[in-house]
Amino acid sequence: MAFSVPLISLRRRVMDHAMTGASVLTVLLVLLPLFAIFAYLVYMGIGSINLAFLTQTPKPVGEPGGGMANAIVGSMVILAIASLLGVPLGIGAGIFLSEYGRNRYGDIVRFVSDVLNGVPSIVIGIVAYGLVVMRQKHFSALAGGVALAIMMIPTIARTTEQMLLLVPQAIREAAYGLGVSRWRTTLSITLRTATSGVITGVMLAFARVAGETAPLLFTAFGNQFWNWKMDQPTAALSLQIFTYAISPYDEWHRQAWAGALVLIILIVSAVAAVRIAVKHGTLSGA
Amino acid sequence: MSNQALPRPRFNAPEPERGSPEQGPKAALKIEARTTPLLDGKVSEIPDVFFGWVMRFCGVAVVALLGLIVYQLVVGSELSWHAFGWKFFVQSDWNPVEDQYGALPFIYGTIVSSVLALIIAVPLSVGVAVFITEMCPVGLRGILSFTTELLAAIPSVVYGLWAIFVLVPILREYVQPFLARTLGWTTLFSGPPYGIGMLAAGVILAIMIIPIISSITREVLTVVPQHQREAVLALGATRWEMIRMGVLRNARAGIVGAIILGLGRALGETMAVTMVIGNRPEIAKSLFAPGYTMASVLANEFTEATGDLYLSALIEIGLALFFVTIVVNALARLMVWSVTRGQPARSLA
Amino acid sequence: MGVGITVEHLNAFYGKTQALFDVNITVLANHATALIGPSGCGKSTFIRCLNRMHETIPEARVEGKVLIGDLSVYNGTSATQLRRRVGMVFQKPNPFPTMSIYDNVAAGLKLNGFRNRKQLDDVVHKSLHASALWDEVKDHLHKKSGASLSGGQQQRLCIARALAVQPEVLLMDEPCSALDPISTGKIEELIFQLKEQYTIVIVTHNMQQAARVAEFTGFFLLGKMIEYDKTEKIFTNPSDKRTEDYVTGRFG
Repeated sequence: MAFSVPLISLRRRVMDHAMTGASVLTVLLVLLPLFAIFAYLVYMGIGSINLAFLTQTPKPVGEPGGGMANAIVGSMVILAIASLLGVPLGIGAGIFLSEYGRNRYGDIVRFVSDVLNGVPSIVIGIVAYGLVVMRQKHFSALAGGVALAIMMIPTIARTTEQMLLLVPQAIREAAYGLGVSRWRTTLSITLRTATSGVITGVMLAFARVAGETAPLLFTAFGNQFWNWKMDQPTAALSLQIFTYAISPYDEWHRQAWAGALVLIILIVSAVAAVRIAVKHGTLSGA
Repeated sequence: MSNQALPRPRFNAPEPERGSPEQGPKAALKIEARTTPLLDGKVSEIPDVFFGWVMRFCGVAVVALLGLIVYQLVVGSELSWHAFGWKFFVQSDWNPVEDQYGALPFIYGTIVSSVLALIIAVPLSVGVAVFITEMCPVGLRGILSFTTELLAAIPSVVYGLWAIFVLVPILREYVQPFLARTLGWTTLFSGPPYGIGMLAAGVILAIMIIPIISSITREVLTVVPQHQREAVLALGATRWEMIRMGVLRNARAGIVGAIILGLGRALGETMAVTMVIGNRPEIAKSLFAPGYTMASVLANEFTEATGDLYLSALIEIGLALFFVTIVVNALARLMVWSVTRGQPARSLA
Repeated sequence: MGVGITVEHLNAFYGKTQALFDVNITVLANHATALIGPSGCGKSTFIRCLNRMHETIPEARVEGKVLIGDLSVYNGTSATQLRRRVGMVFQKPNPFPTMSIYDNVAAGLKLNGFRNRKQLDDVVHKSLHASALWDEVKDHLHKKSGASLSGGQQQRLCIARALAVQPEVLLMDEPCSALDPISTGKIEELIFQLKEQYTIVIVTHNMQQAARVAEFTGFFLLGKMIEYDKTEKIFTNPSDKRTEDYVTGRFG
């Protein structure tokens, strides 16, 4: 045969296989810590979670037992405050961006949201300290909630915007054509059509701040006891994990692991619960 | 008929000849006589206007938040700025007892730990992204990207916890002695292997930023048009050559953007770093030595800062951190946009 | 009953581009009027000016006078109020995807604050009958979503939805262009029935359709109304050369 297919040189073939192997290796290297973290977390956590852990407050150093009940409740309170403040404002900003902000002003808000998203959480903590703690003269759940709300808003705004933009303009026009006013269309048609996407965005923001510790250090501050007042230092799960992890006591280390497991379970179940609730609320044919 | 009294302009409707509709082949359906309009009366425009302004207010609030952050930081750091000026950023003396504050050790620690994290994370995350977009069987793709994103959902404090009890011992027992033996001559890996220190901070940061870099790189790689790949393949390239020339080269700016975005996250990361870096405001050459970052000094000392100047110095560190991360993030966004912008934007009309 | 429409000196713009040039027309009540013309000639823009849908597009604006019955469209009437009297059916069926069939039909009333359950049931029933959809959907009014229907059914659902608000005028913007021939036939039959009760303005690029359903036909070209007359006249003996060229297929 005068014509033959040119062979790919050995060097190139070796290179090809080597790089394929290398990228498979990177995947394994990345998955390794993930599995290590989860496995270790579950292994250490399950052994330490018991009824006392979930129902009692911390015991003084040296005494065995005790738990993080107040921190679990405290985290929930702080997150509730954060959601109450952050979710409506974030969704409102998202509606602004998609329905009123297809212009220069919208671009400014879009850019600022992206910038806010990149601000380190510890810096947000300083701001909440200045805004709330300095005025009230003491640490509080409210201050913690404000810090976390500031972190939630840009994420919620941007995902809400994207989800609303996915709703076809034809759907909006259908409502306008029926003589439905713009605000009603936006809330009852556009937002409702995008509900599941918007909620996913909210849960994303929620999950992101639920485990935050840095902005709570000097806002919620932490508390060894039960506290039911919004304007008093409040315990949070993540703060407690931090305090216990850097302490020199084995008993506290054990509880830190338990706390970490509970924290992750709370985050995952909150996200899952909302997902399921949303699924049940929508029609099968949709 | 209601329109008979109206002025007739150029096109007048001809007189109707209602013939066919009445006698035409009637279909089975019969339309009942309409009832009177159910929705009558004036519609107020006020709710619409009000709603529009409430939404605009929410948009403005986002901008106001940023303004508020800047204001708080600038006002809070005024005292320290007046006391030290630019020297604040080049002095390495951090002494609360004598009210002397220099931020250099923290800046140094932040930069070194972040760069170290990038050195470890970049090859890994780009590798993962390339694997997922170019090599991975479709079935595995979803699972892999989900798992890498799961890494991003783990709270920072849990990473720190794991780092203290798992990563640090491993570094101390195995990695650091090995590095000291093989690369000790560079003086980067010398000194006693505590485990805790700059190296540990770099490694845990790397683990934390891999999901960010790889997911954005993945996004950028999928934007590279298929014909770019085919063009290179058609020249007889191997798969790796296709990836290198057809994919990576085209996505370069976006990948750099992803890396910078990862850097932005690493610079501001607080808890995990605070838990393993050793928290000593020193500038040491060895990566085994403890260090301190801007974020961790805030975490550790903010609530203990008794003097006004002390607090102000800390807030100034926060301000510096804020500006650096903003610049880094803006830069990264622009670079990612330059690649993904070509995508058809969803338009309203 | 339906009401007539009078349009005087209507100009419409998209930003700096003018899409309609001085359109004047009188549409008779309780008749179907078809608007034909090549794509981009402004017929859709025109129909969207009649219920002020044009202005929902950023930077779009309108000049001129439009009367729906005795209601002045661009003078003192809110768009919302107007649109309750002027129903619209769009080119692509656009049922509300998250709503059931029932809710889709009732949407116009419910979203405007109408809550009387019994009357709603009645209106939904009548509207679905009027759009010849009742028999096909009566068993799963609440169970199925509007988006689960076929294209032709969806379009009839959209007609029912428009009828439920009890409009006087029904605007149809190429209602059959996304449908198969059988569905198209059903919709045309429906238009035939509906014009006894409503004034219908239908935009179509299908000349046969215009000839089948409409008593009057207007021909648009490049944003101008070229000719408007009885349908037979337009198709058999048009006065304007350009109309003749178009209906005989010489261009467009």
